[in-house]
Amino acid sequence: MAEVTMVAALNAALRDALSGDPRTLVFGEDVGALGGVFRVTEGLQAEFGGERVFDTPIAEAGIAGICIGLAMAGWRPIAEMQFDGFSYPALDQVISHLAKYRQRTRGRVGVPAVVRIPSFGGIKGKEHHGESPETYYVHTAGLKVVVPSTPLDAYRLLRRSIDDPDPVIFLEPKSRYWSKEEGDLTAEGPGIGRARVVREGGACVVIAYGAMVGRCLEAATTLSADGIETTVLDLRSLVPLDVTAIGDAVRSTGRAVVVHEAPLTLGMGAEIVARIVEEAFDHLEAPVARVTGPDVPYPPAYLEQRYLPSVKRISNAVRTVVAY
Amino acid sequence: MTEIASTDAPMVRLVAPDGSVVGDVEVGLSGDERRELLRLMIRSRRLDRECWALQRQGELTVYPPFEGQEAAQIGSAFALGPEDFVFPSFRELAAAVVRGVDVVEYLEYHRGTWHGGPYDPIASRFAPICVPVATQIVHAVGWAMGSKLDGSTACSLAYFGDGSASEGDFHEGANLAAVFGAPAILFCQNNGWAISVPSNRQFAAPIADRAAGYGMLGVRVDGNDVLAVYAVTRDAVERARAGEGPTLIEAITYRIGSHSTADDDARYRDEAEVAAWRERDPIDRYRSYLLGAGTIDDAFVRGCEEEAEAWVGGIRTELTALGEPPATEMFDHAFADPPPTLLAQREELLGDG
Repeated sequence: MAEVTMVAALNAALRDALSGDPRTLVFGEDVGALGGVFRVTEGLQAEFGGERVFDTPIAEAGIAGICIGLAMAGWRPIAEMQFDGFSYPALDQVISHLAKYRQRTRGRVGVPAVVRIPSFGGIKGKEHHGESPETYYVHTAGLKVVVPSTPLDAYRLLRRSIDDPDPVIFLEPKSRYWSKEEGDLTAEGPGIGRARVVREGGACVVIAYGAMVGRCLEAATTLSADGIETTVLDLRSLVPLDVTAIGDAVRSTGRAVVVHEAPLTLGMGAEIVARIVEEAFDHLEAPVARVTGPDVPYPPAYLEQRYLPSVKRISNAVRTVVAY
Repeated sequence: MTEIASTDAPMVRLVAPDGSVVGDVEVGLSGDERRELLRLMIRSRRLDRECWALQRQGELTVYPPFEGQEAAQIGSAFALGPEDFVFPSFRELAAAVVRGVDVVEYLEYHRGTWHGGPYDPIASRFAPICVPVATQIVHAVGWAMGSKLDGSTACSLAYFGDGSASEGDFHEGANLAAVFGAPAILFCQNNGWAISVPSNRQFAAPIADRAAGYGMLGVRVDGNDVLAVYAVTRDAVERARAGEGPTLIEAITYRIGSHSTADDDARYRDEAEVAAWRERDPIDRYRSYLLGAGTIDDAFVRGCEEEAEAWVGGIRTELTALGEPPATEMFDHAFADPPPTLLAQREELLGDG
């Protein structure tokens, strides 16, 4: 079994999609000769040509907007926003059109586009390079929002996203780009909308997505040494949200902690806690805790580890919830 | 009187406001096609006025009239082929009529029974009505890029207004079109006003002049001269089909009515200005020209008017008979494959119905 990084897995997913469907297009800023600033599209232009894999001008609204026209002309666009912080100029096209086109056309015109956005913090990036934009997209009806946490799952989820008939915002956790995993890329696995239990334990469930899944696993290892066994649930997609898996995990443990990088207020944790209350109130043994970024702009590199949920903060939250 | 920016700049004109010939009117249209243009203009204006009345009678929610812009819309849409794709803004009902869009379905938007694309956009080659101004320009460019990738000669045409030209999406769309050599026509109807703001508060130089900065051809045309509009658009279509890329057309016209039925134009412009533009009416001009050329007679005009009357009556009957859309539709089209959480909301809100 080969070991692959998330970058290599995403690259393979794009390559396989381009090979499998001649209507697939990959475009964005610097995705051609350079292969993208993170090299996710490396080699694709050489292999598939400049018509199917192409650089665009620096025009994020344009990149999102041409997805609509290309889809109407029968193409399957896979667009890259270079960084989370640069995806905001495209929000009008994403919110007003990408998300709504199927609805606006009474179901006649869907836009099977994927917008890939390298997201979240943890790589000592400059400002505007460590944003957690998921809530903007999750709150926009008509979009699916997918966040992989491991290389193999990144491959699987990106392939599923490309095949999806609806627009998918695909948030790639930059800090996991160089993480490695061994296994068969093309192995069957759960689709979009299914969460994954990555570790089982009876004391508490820790719910996370993206790079925070790894951190929660680290916390679980620490806690295990003290005899506290936790379940770690990787959501994998935020829309659809696997409410069933969340409910099942909370019902079996009675305790939950939600972890994300995004600021606390109206972050995914707010929605997840509300769902827990609706699904499993009678099973709760303790208030649900949230471990998130604070409600401040993402900090500079030297402070980002103070901002991001740490193994210690996650562990402490679990201990508090378990001791309640 | 507020002068429309760029009105004084040179523009293509073939027929003067009094109907006299001032350019080469041999634009390749047969007598039947010339008559058809007038017929479309007459029926579109009749429809526009009916829509205003329908709104006042409570049958439409809000309606944006296009009176005065018939030549700009019909001349340009008439120059397109059946495979070409129009990306309208929200005032292009006359262009929709030319393209054969189902008018009752189109008006469902203004009735409030559905959103921007109640008709079949793919079958009618007419994208959904687009209110976030200028966003549709980028869609048109994307479609044209796709057409070029397919090796097709079909082109797209995006309609937008003078106000839209101030948006960033105009710039991104124009630049993308030029860089990719996309067979797209960017057709600006400069009608003088963006709701209450005159075009000289939108830009300080003619819109068509921007084309040079993008590396495409820019053309300014008298938007109330249907033959001139047809001719410049047809030229742009031919260039697009020949692989010569996009064209920016600025059609100088005027919005005779308010921005919409919810607007009160007396608050920001003089009636004298409107009256002056009525003197440059596109239908009067073209009718005078055709009568002078012997292409039509008064009986033809009367026939067009009677035909328009009957046609609009049928539309009114069909439109006013429309019921409330089923509430299930709110949920049916949000996703091809709706998330379980959405299905639960549907169940909660609608139960079995």
